[in-house]
Amino acid sequence: MIKQTEGSQAVAEAVALCRPEVICAYPISPQTHIVEGLGALVKSGELTPCEFLNVESEFAAMSVAIGSSAAGARTYTATASQGLLFMVEAVYNASGLGLPIVMTVANRAIGAPINIWNDHSDSMSQRDCGWIQLFAESNQEALDLHIQAFKLAEEMSMPVMVCMDGFILTHAYEQVDMPEQAQVDAFLPPYEPRQVLDPADPVSIGAMVGPEAFMEVRYLAHAKQTMALDRIPEIADEFKEVFGRDAGGLVRGYRIDDAETIVVALGSVVGTLEETIDTMRAEGVKIGVLSIRCFRPFPMAAVRAALARTARVVVLEKSFSVGLGGIVSTDVRLAMVRIHVRGYTVVAGLGGRPITQESLLRVLRLAVADELKNLTFLDLDWDIVNRHLAREAASRHTGPLPEALLRDIGASAPRSR
Amino acid sequence: MTQPIKFYQTGTFTVGNRLLPEDKRTVQSSTARDNSLNSGHRACQGCGEALGARYAVDAAMRATAGQLIAANATGCLEVFSTPYPETSWQLPWIHSLFGNAAAVGSGIAAALKVKAAKAGLPEAVTRVIAQGGDGGTTDIGFGCLSGMFERNDDVLYICYDNEGYMNTGVQRSSATPPAARTATTQPLGPEPGAEFGKGKNVPLIAVAHEIPYVATATVADLHDLEAKVEKAMSLRGARYLHVFVPCPLGWGAASCDTIRLARLARETGLFPVFEAEDGEITAVTKIRRPVPVDEYLRLQKRYAHLFGAKGHPETIARIQAMADKNIKRFGLLDAEGAA
Amino acid sequence: MVTAAEMLSIAAFEQGRHAQAFPSFGSERTGAPVVAFCRIDDKAIRLREPILAPDALIVQDAHLLDQIDVFQGLKPDGYVLINSRHSVSEMGLDEVAAGLPSGHILTLPATEIAMKHLHRPLPNAVLLGGFAAMTGMISLEAVTYAIGRKFKGEVAERNIGAAAEAHAMLSAHEEARA
Repeated sequence: MIKQTEGSQAVAEAVALCRPEVICAYPISPQTHIVEGLGALVKSGELTPCEFLNVESEFAAMSVAIGSSAAGARTYTATASQGLLFMVEAVYNASGLGLPIVMTVANRAIGAPINIWNDHSDSMSQRDCGWIQLFAESNQEALDLHIQAFKLAEEMSMPVMVCMDGFILTHAYEQVDMPEQAQVDAFLPPYEPRQVLDPADPVSIGAMVGPEAFMEVRYLAHAKQTMALDRIPEIADEFKEVFGRDAGGLVRGYRIDDAETIVVALGSVVGTLEETIDTMRAEGVKIGVLSIRCFRPFPMAAVRAALARTARVVVLEKSFSVGLGGIVSTDVRLAMVRIHVRGYTVVAGLGGRPITQESLLRVLRLAVADELKNLTFLDLDWDIVNRHLAREAASRHTGPLPEALLRDIGASAPRSR
Repeated sequence: MTQPIKFYQTGTFTVGNRLLPEDKRTVQSSTARDNSLNSGHRACQGCGEALGARYAVDAAMRATAGQLIAANATGCLEVFSTPYPETSWQLPWIHSLFGNAAAVGSGIAAALKVKAAKAGLPEAVTRVIAQGGDGGTTDIGFGCLSGMFERNDDVLYICYDNEGYMNTGVQRSSATPPAARTATTQPLGPEPGAEFGKGKNVPLIAVAHEIPYVATATVADLHDLEAKVEKAMSLRGARYLHVFVPCPLGWGAASCDTIRLARLARETGLFPVFEAEDGEITAVTKIRRPVPVDEYLRLQKRYAHLFGAKGHPETIARIQAMADKNIKRFGLLDAEGAA
Repeated sequence: MVTAAEMLSIAAFEQGRHAQAFPSFGSERTGAPVVAFCRIDDKAIRLREPILAPDALIVQDAHLLDQIDVFQGLKPDGYVLINSRHSVSEMGLDEVAAGLPSGHILTLPATEIAMKHLHRPLPNAVLLGGFAAMTGMISLEAVTYAIGRKFKGEVAERNIGAAAEAHAMLSAHEEARA
């Protein structure tokens, strides 16, 4: 049914359609509306039987999820940013134990300085932990991916995180097509665990593994993720058969076939990029967008195939590795080994700084003319940066950094009439 | 005709199981016991935790007719019971992390509740225990423990308290008693060993959460331990059992003194044995024969620096004062038993 | 304000259009200046940037006019609806009005109308009713539907009544001008 609703609410309804048995979450902006929505559905009896636990921290949330999943229940949680970091020990534990937990990450920047707005640093910080990472471009895709995620996770015995941009998607009201329960039931069978805590057949889960076997266990996780590279497009096809639309998969190209420049990006910025690309195409520029929808496992072959014939790749990412540069661009570069292409990294939108068409047009025109530096920070105010560096060179006691910057930004007090 | 029975075992009040009617014997005395923690584990000789866990888990198994799942924190128990590639656990068992046993237990209980609902049952038949050492319970696991308590999740948490991080080499935890030597509270300086005025009383914190059942027990009174486990499993909701388990290696005690030390801890008043329900203390185990603390301390090398020519009698006096305070606070002595 | 943008998007959806509403802030606290955006189109909306060149502006708190340049980026033929019981002239906005087509900047005593119907200074629905009359971008029926989606029972009824009064007030104003 087509409805106009908030992204978080759409995700909550989609998750509920998947008949989760245990939901546990700790509130953190901007995920709160998702969990509140699910809590309401459980309380009203619409989602039943389902245990909804209000846990005392994100670490507890993932730990409760581990217990629940190990006991054979379909389990869901959600978090963002600081919350994801707080549960990291348990995040690794979940993937290490092979538990098919599904988690929404409402992408948000990581502090310090504390920042509630969107960027991808949280998911990116966990790219090595063994979870499958899927990125949604829109609220429709966000809700669709959750349905696919449960199926994928349970088949592979591997946890899946569905990443959606905080505020930009979670708090946006837009049109979505919400599936019917019968459709989801047809697509997603009941959870059949590979391993389960059951008195009828006792097992010990989580024992120590020594040097004799640890490498093999780790490798098997990698092997499974590699297998997922085949399964993910298949699940997207199966999804299309039942629900009638495209969602998920590994990558999606927009006007890339004859493109001389391809912009690579993840998440909601792809929408703005498509508008920008249309503008530039109308000007005669051969440019396209490659959206990476599955970031882990990294679709090496698909990315390589998509970028093989272009002259120029611009990776536009909302993530950044301090001391190195781009994160996504490093992975993309790996896919391009032995293919000669001009590569540019544009780090944009950190801490929620808006990414505007105007700025994108400016930077992409420079890229197309090969006048762009290898690493660019979109809309960075170099004046402020340089002024602060000079300040630090001149004096030791510069105080907390962001507060020092505020002097230059010139925050003013309101005047009232 | 009645005849007084002479007890030939000295220094202990143990009564051989053969002298008791069957229904009063421990679970361990039965050949039908579950052996949930089976032999072959790698615990040290005289390990109090292995003894306590064996009794506690089998008692829980009997109380639940074998319908039990265990979540275990990282620590000695987890390590010595699952030396890769073997496991001594004969019940479904999961080890997740150091600080989350209580939360994992909560998760298992939630899953079981839903499964029961789907089977048309009013509540879960399979029950859950979560267990860990003092480190995993009073320190790193404290947040999850409190969360499990306040949600009243249907989990029995058993803490095996050997007063330190033993598995990693005997470091101080918030359960380490004052003056005790550990690797991080060396017997040096003006206040040798662990400092006074620190630490937590987690059993009383559990009571303050007003959960259905809290009890402390020791491995000196194994009947009592089993009875408390059974009592706990007859109730639903959050329950906590804090078991005093001497560690010969960590405490520098003889491996044959484990049970003796546990008894002395009770009889000195240093480890009060009590039960509480819904926030009120309901029963205490009285001290039969009060004992001065140095009889207890003397048997452990972790207190050796308090004795001898360079000893600290004033510290021993402070420890005695702590014991006396416990006796008064919990009413551990009847009037005629007062020292 | 967030609710107003959301209701506007629901009204547009009800009229068969695509609409995207989103806030520019995040913290859930009252008292901070808030901007909410709504994009309306006949085809699916891909753009995710904040609206920098609005076709229309609804100002719920007139005090903000002193603090920030509210009109920055407004299209030359844009609309402005300000919640105030003062006239455009009284607010010192004649110069702004001169730069816009006639009738494109209006004030509406939305808080007062809200107080009358709801006994609370919540002008969201009222402003939407006025906006519908002023611009014709959405119909009063759609606004009524949107209010019904966001509120229930008597609260919804009163909001609908308040919106209708605002609509009538500005419709009369438009007719008077014409």
